[in-house]
Amino acid sequence: MTSTTTTPARRLGRRRAGVSEPGAGWALVFIAPAVIGLAALYLWPFLSTFVKSFQDVPAFGPATFVGAGNYTALLGDEEFWKAFGNSALYTAIILLGVPLAVVLAALVEQAGRGRAVYRVLFFLPVVTLPVAVGMVWRFIYNGDFGLLNTVLAWFGVHGQFWVADARFTIYAFGVVGIWMSLGINMIILGAGLQAVPKDLYEAASLDGAGRVRQFFHITVPLLTPSIFFVTILSVIGALQMFDLIFVMLRGVNNTALADSKTIVYLFYEKAFVQFDQGYGAAVAIVLLIVIMIATAVQFRLQRRWVFYG
Amino acid sequence: MTRKWTAAVALAAATAMLTACSGGGSGAASTEKVTLTYANWSEDQSPAMEQIAAEFEKANPDIDVRIQTLPWTEYWSTLQVGAAGGTAPDAFWMLADHFREYAKGGQLVDLTESVKSAGLDLGVYPKAVTDSYTYEGKVFALPKDFDTNGIWYNKALFDAAKVAYPDDSWTWQDVQDAAKKLTDKAKGVWGIAAPIDPQGGYYNTILQAGGQIIKPDGTASDFASPASVAGLKFWTDLQAAGVSPTLKQLSDTEAVSMFENQKVAMYFSGAYWAFRFHNNAGLKGKVDVAPLPQGVKRATVTSGIGNAGYAGSKHPEELKKFLAFLGGTKAAEIQAATGTVLPAYQGTQEPWLKAMPEFDLKVFIDAIDYSVPLPVAGNAAEWQGLAAQYLAPAWDGAKPVEQAAKEYQDAVDKVLAKR
Repeated sequence: MTSTTTTPARRLGRRRAGVSEPGAGWALVFIAPAVIGLAALYLWPFLSTFVKSFQDVPAFGPATFVGAGNYTALLGDEEFWKAFGNSALYTAIILLGVPLAVVLAALVEQAGRGRAVYRVLFFLPVVTLPVAVGMVWRFIYNGDFGLLNTVLAWFGVHGQFWVADARFTIYAFGVVGIWMSLGINMIILGAGLQAVPKDLYEAASLDGAGRVRQFFHITVPLLTPSIFFVTILSVIGALQMFDLIFVMLRGVNNTALADSKTIVYLFYEKAFVQFDQGYGAAVAIVLLIVIMIATAVQFRLQRRWVFYG
Repeated sequence: MTRKWTAAVALAAATAMLTACSGGGSGAASTEKVTLTYANWSEDQSPAMEQIAAEFEKANPDIDVRIQTLPWTEYWSTLQVGAAGGTAPDAFWMLADHFREYAKGGQLVDLTESVKSAGLDLGVYPKAVTDSYTYEGKVFALPKDFDTNGIWYNKALFDAAKVAYPDDSWTWQDVQDAAKKLTDKAKGVWGIAAPIDPQGGYYNTILQAGGQIIKPDGTASDFASPASVAGLKFWTDLQAAGVSPTLKQLSDTEAVSMFENQKVAMYFSGAYWAFRFHNNAGLKGKVDVAPLPQGVKRATVTSGIGNAGYAGSKHPEELKKFLAFLGGTKAAEIQAATGTVLPAYQGTQEPWLKAMPEFDLKVFIDAIDYSVPLPVAGNAAEWQGLAAQYLAPAWDGAKPVEQAAKEYQDAVDKVLAKR
C-alpha cells in the first residue's frame, strides 16, 4: 500500500469509511453478528415482504409483478374490512386494561410484604406460553362444561357459547388479552411508581389530601410517561393478535371463525392456507402502516397529557 | 497491514465458528454418510416411524434417517416455507388435499421410475388412495396408510335405550329413527353427532345419495345438485330433529370428545380413532363399529397419508430408495403391529385387526370395495376451509339447505377458477 501519499481529502474520505481508524477492524468484527442477524432476520424479510406485496406469488414457482393489484383487491375485500374492524375492537378492549393496570400497580405497590407474591401472580400469565393460555381459556369458555358458565349458573345467569358464537368471540379474546398483558404493564408502571418522590405524598397528606385524591393528583400525573409507554406497547401488541384465535377457534368446524378473524389471522390464512403470498404480504404491509399511523397519532396526542416532570 | 490481517483472520474464524454451530459437521469420515430427514405430524406414530427408520438403516448402513415430528398446527406452513426456501425435509407425509399444490409446483420427487425398478406393484394399495397421489399420470407419493369410515357406536347407550345395534343392513332411515330413540335430553345424551364434517360426514352421504362433490374434470363443484342436497339434508335433518348437539356445542367440544364422554351414541368417522378408543379405559367394552348406512347406494370416502419426497433433496438416489422401502411390506408390518394405523399395503392389515379384537375393524377393510377417493381439486385446503362458514346456516336452520349449498358451491367454484 502506498501509504505516504495520503492527501487530507483522502484521509477524510477513508476516515468516513471508518476502516483506517485504529481498532476499526475489530469493531467491525464485533458488530458483525448483530448487524448480520438484524439484516437477515428483520431487514431482509421486511424488504422481501414489501416486494412480494406487489407480486402475484404462487405457492411454488416464480412470482410476477402485478403493480398495486394486491392492494386494490384488499381495499375492496369485505373480509379485510371485517378483520380490520375486529382488530380495532380488540385493541379498544385491550386499552381498557391500561387504567386497570395503573390502579392495580398502585395497589400492589402499597401491599407491603405481600408485594412480591402479587407481582408473581400477575406476572405468571406473561411468561406462560400463549398457546397454553389459549387452551386453558378454551376450557373456561366452553359453553356446556366451561368454568365460566358453571360459575354464572350459580348466580342464575344462563351462560353463552363465548368462543363458538361470533357475537362474543372478540370480547372473550379481549378479556384473555388483558389478563395476559396485565403483568408486564404492571411491572413497567411499578418502575414508574417507584420514581415518584415520596415527599410529595407526605406533603399532600399534611395538606389533608386522602388516598384517592393523592392517586389522581400525584400518582397519575407523574406516571403519565409510563402510561404512555404502556399504551403504545398495548396498541402494537393488540393489533398483532393472532395466537388466541389460532388456538381457541381452530376446531374442526368452528362456525365463529369466519366472523372473528383479525388482520394477522387473515394474513396467515392468505399466505399459508390459501398460498396467496402476494396478497398476504399486502395485508402485512397495510398492518405496518396502520401501526405506524396509530403510533404517530399517539405521539402527537401525548403532548396534551403526558407530564415529563 | 498486520492489523488488517488479524481482523480478516478473526472474521474468518468467527464465520467458521458460526457455521460449525449451525451445521452437522460432515467431518473427515472416509465413507460419506448420507443423512435423510423424514417428517411427520404425529407423536403417536413417531415410535413406529423410528422403528421403520432403524430397519432401513440396518439394510443401508451408509444412510442415516432422522425422524422429525412437527405439531400438526405448524406442519403445513413449515413444509411450504421449507419447500419454497430449499430447506424442506427429504421425505415427509403428504395428504391428498395438499398434494396437488405440491405436485403442480414441481416440489415432489417423481417416483414412477422407482416403482418400476423396485418391482413395486401399485395394485397392493387401495386404488382410491393411489389415485389421489397420482398427478398427470405420474406417481408422486406411495400410500402409507388409509382410512375409510364407519359408524362408531356406544353399546351401553344403545342397550339403555333398547335399540338394536347398527349393522350392514342399515339404511339412512334406520339411523334417523335410532338417533331419535337414543336421544335422552334429561340425561344429556344425544343419538348422534352431526357436525359440519366433510370426511366423516357429508361427503359420504352425498356419495351415498348418488351425488358427487367435485365434477369429474375438477373445474367445478356439485354441492347444489339434488342428490348432493339430499346428502347434506341427512345431517341438517338430524340437527332439526334435535337429536345431535348443536353446532355451537360441537364447536366448543369436538364430536369425538362428545363420543368419548358418552354424550353421543353414534359418531360417523374413520378407522384412525380405533387406537384412541382402544386406549380409553372408560370406554372398555362399550364401543364397536358398523358399516356406514346405505342411501341410494353404499359409499365412503377414503384417504390416506402418502410418503413423498422433496424434489430439492440433496440425495435424490438415497431418498428414492428410502421411499420405496416405506412403500414396502416391512414398513407396513411395523405400522400394523404397533396398532397405530391401518397400513395401505394389502395383506399386512391382519396384525392391526388382531391388536384391537374388541372392535369389528374388518368393517373398514371391507369398505375399500365401495370407497371413493377424497375429492381433490385446485387448492382443496382452501375451499374446504370455507365449508363451516357457508354450510352453518343450513345446519342452524337459518337458511334452506338448497340455498346454503348453492352459495357454498359458488364460493368453491370461485376458488377452483383461480389460476
